[in-house]
Amino acid sequence: MTNSALTAISAKPLPPETHSCWSCGSLFETTRAAHFCESCGKVQPPVPVDYFSFFGLPLKLELDVAALEKSFYELSRKLHPDLNARAGSQEQEWSLEQSSLLNDAYRTLRDPIKRTEYLLHLEGVELEEQSKSATEQARATGGIKKQIVPPDLLEEVFELNIQLEELRMNKKMGDDDPALIEEIGKQKLSLEARHEALLQELEVRWRMWDGMIQRTQNGQPVSEEERRQEREKMVDVLNRRNYIRNLVRDVNAAMEG
Amino acid sequence: MATDRIVGIDLGTTNSLVAFMQGETPVVIPGDDGLNLLPSVVALDSNNHPVVGNAARNSLIETPERAVYSIKRLMGRGVEDIQEELKLFPFRLAEDMQPGEVLRIKLGDKTFTPPEISALILRQLKRSAERFFGGAVTKAVITVPAYFNDAQRQATKDAGRIAGLEVLRLVNEPTAASLAYGLDKKQNGIVAVYDLGGGTFDISILKLHDGIFEVIATNGDTHLGGDDIDNLLITIALDDIRGDLGLDLRRNAEAVQAIRKAVIEAKITLSSQPSIKLDIELPGGHRYRREITREQYEQLIQPILDRTVGPCKQAMKDAGLKPEQIDEVVLVGGSTRIPKVRELVKELFRREPHTDLNPDEVVALGAAVQANILGGGSEATENMLLLDVTPLSLGIEVAGGVTDKIILRNSTIPASATQFYTTQVDGQANVAIHVLQGERELAKDCRSLARFDLKGIPGMAAGIPRVEVKFLIDANGILHVSAREQRSGKEAEIQVQPSYGLTDEQVEGMILDSFDNAEEDFRRRQLIEARSETSTILAALEKGKKSPAWGQLTTGEKKQIAKMEKNLVAVNAEEDYHAIRKAIDALNQGTTRLAELMMDTAVSTALKGKNMNETDLGEGPTAPHPVAKAEFE
Repeated sequence: MTNSALTAISAKPLPPETHSCWSCGSLFETTRAAHFCESCGKVQPPVPVDYFSFFGLPLKLELDVAALEKSFYELSRKLHPDLNARAGSQEQEWSLEQSSLLNDAYRTLRDPIKRTEYLLHLEGVELEEQSKSATEQARATGGIKKQIVPPDLLEEVFELNIQLEELRMNKKMGDDDPALIEEIGKQKLSLEARHEALLQELEVRWRMWDGMIQRTQNGQPVSEEERRQEREKMVDVLNRRNYIRNLVRDVNAAMEG
Repeated sequence: MATDRIVGIDLGTTNSLVAFMQGETPVVIPGDDGLNLLPSVVALDSNNHPVVGNAARNSLIETPERAVYSIKRLMGRGVEDIQEELKLFPFRLAEDMQPGEVLRIKLGDKTFTPPEISALILRQLKRSAERFFGGAVTKAVITVPAYFNDAQRQATKDAGRIAGLEVLRLVNEPTAASLAYGLDKKQNGIVAVYDLGGGTFDISILKLHDGIFEVIATNGDTHLGGDDIDNLLITIALDDIRGDLGLDLRRNAEAVQAIRKAVIEAKITLSSQPSIKLDIELPGGHRYRREITREQYEQLIQPILDRTVGPCKQAMKDAGLKPEQIDEVVLVGGSTRIPKVRELVKELFRREPHTDLNPDEVVALGAAVQANILGGGSEATENMLLLDVTPLSLGIEVAGGVTDKIILRNSTIPASATQFYTTQVDGQANVAIHVLQGERELAKDCRSLARFDLKGIPGMAAGIPRVEVKFLIDANGILHVSAREQRSGKEAEIQVQPSYGLTDEQVEGMILDSFDNAEEDFRRRQLIEARSETSTILAALEKGKKSPAWGQLTTGEKKQIAKMEKNLVAVNAEEDYHAIRKAIDALNQGTTRLAELMMDTAVSTALKGKNMNETDLGEGPTAPHPVAKAEFE
């Protein structure tokens, strides 16, 4: 099989490593983790790798999703349990583990938000755990989970929450207020536009990050401080984006409910 | 390869089928009655022997307390889930059922779990396949509704094991249908499969790409189907009868089954006729007569059909697709024959649905395709690969009774997630984990899958241990859990308590039971078949002795034949079917020349090399069926 899709994804492939197949003993080179033998096709024992390395990708955020999909299909044709159903039980187990890893990796990397969160996780930033511990703390103290409202949104959110409350009351009483619904609809459109803008802002942050990674690969020094700052900027965009997304969800729920 | 004979089975609510890939085409294997569909009905005969299919269907009306249908509705469910079912279906639970126990259904005075009843259906299909191949069948792919949860899948797998089948893969029904369909078309694009069967509804949206069948989203309702239409019509009839005749037949099982039979026929007729006249004989010489027009019928069933709309919209939303982006819509399941269903699908997806494959058979055919892929593939299935998803999110219960989702619905399977656990008090050795399946926020609203106890955590201060628990959903959609304490590297022991389901020990016990029977059954069948072949060949030989050809044989040849004949008669009286077969083969060999001599000169050249059993000398009682040998019970 060719790894054309893989080279298309990563501008600069990782240095190839040599593996030896457990079954036929032949040596083969690969730029990603060794999933299957290039000569006999047998599934290899899984090794713990991050999702980027699984696909032979550098830790960069701008990614050709079409090429990733192609690579996903190619690897599925080697690793999926259906195609290893006649192998020995050990191989079947490896096939199950390898293909679950493949699916998990693909699911994470193809989604721009999940991909960013995953990279931050590799960098030691636990967005989910932050949110989870805040939720648990709120529950333990009986308080409301504190949401940090982006300052530029304070006034708008305040206004929107009043309108949503009014809408819920109307629905409860069976009243209809077309003007209010129209107003909320407008707000929703503006929130969606903001959401879109944040996704674009995130892509800018990706390019900054990838540029920095490229510089390290080129042997130029990147300070830990710079890396930290890039991470924090991404965390900031993600937080604002999550906030807006939750707001849109609330609006939808109130309108449909 | 005889050992790799893998069949595809559609274990349906109403009918079940078994199929096999013959060369490049999947074909349904008919039962001993020559029919492709085996009604999923099980009954006990007067000797307490289980009967399955059409034979059992008669028992539904004559001895309803000894028969059961639609058992699929009870697979993997607990007493508390089926209260609605119990109102509508004549399921008789064992009186001594304990809460949390696997359901036990009464047939006569015996009780069976739903997997055991399903196993009887599977065993019947297995026999049909064995007759078809003339040899043992031990491996199968079985289909399940895409929206089946873990417990329902596990119960189906258990049923296979009990029936003596190694279940190589559980395949989702709509996905299987797409395989059968895709085999014909071999094209790329987005396909929606709308599957409304006897008891379940599924909608799956797939992306077809160079032989890869990638499910993008699936949704459904495991308790929605033709059964619901039947029950609605039965209720109306019972109400009518009570109103008009003052006759309350709700507790009269025979009468209810007679009405059920009549309304099912009416339902089928109304798919092609503008109206139907019901005329049902009732106890006490009464009759129930009523005319139903197609229009009235469609109005009645509209609320049931509307229940399929929500899942379709959700699936499209999850797939991130609009109806215009869907290239093809495929209809599966007997209930999609209803014109109103077709109309609804057309409206939902804004295109004419495909109906070129038989909606009753397409799932079984797809299962046969998947069986072929698992067996190593063939020219027809080359490059075909199914990437399916988990229909429901997997979660664990966290503080406050909340579900923390760790694998989201519509994730491609196999899929995994890793969670870390620690202890709350010093020296704590066990941690309890509650695994859930479902989309709801609160644990109590989700389906409880299992409770796990992590045991043997090394004694450490509170919060120090770090137990890594790996949840893995395999390609069958079934969950596996493993755990390791990271600081000590010690594998933690996991004790699984399935919330609904048989333990391994229970399944083992049931397998042994049925294996004993199965082997005895197989032996008995082989013996009957061998003996009937004996009578065929002996009759042919008698005929041969009277023909002029007999005189042309040498004394030595005649002596040899007489010896073989004597031997066959002797072993035929014994119980060893192997010995009988051997004796038949020997006599067959020994009479080859006789058979040749018996032919006209003209015919004999054409038939040269044939032996007694292959000439049409004696049309015995077991003239081979064109597709399968006759079975004698």
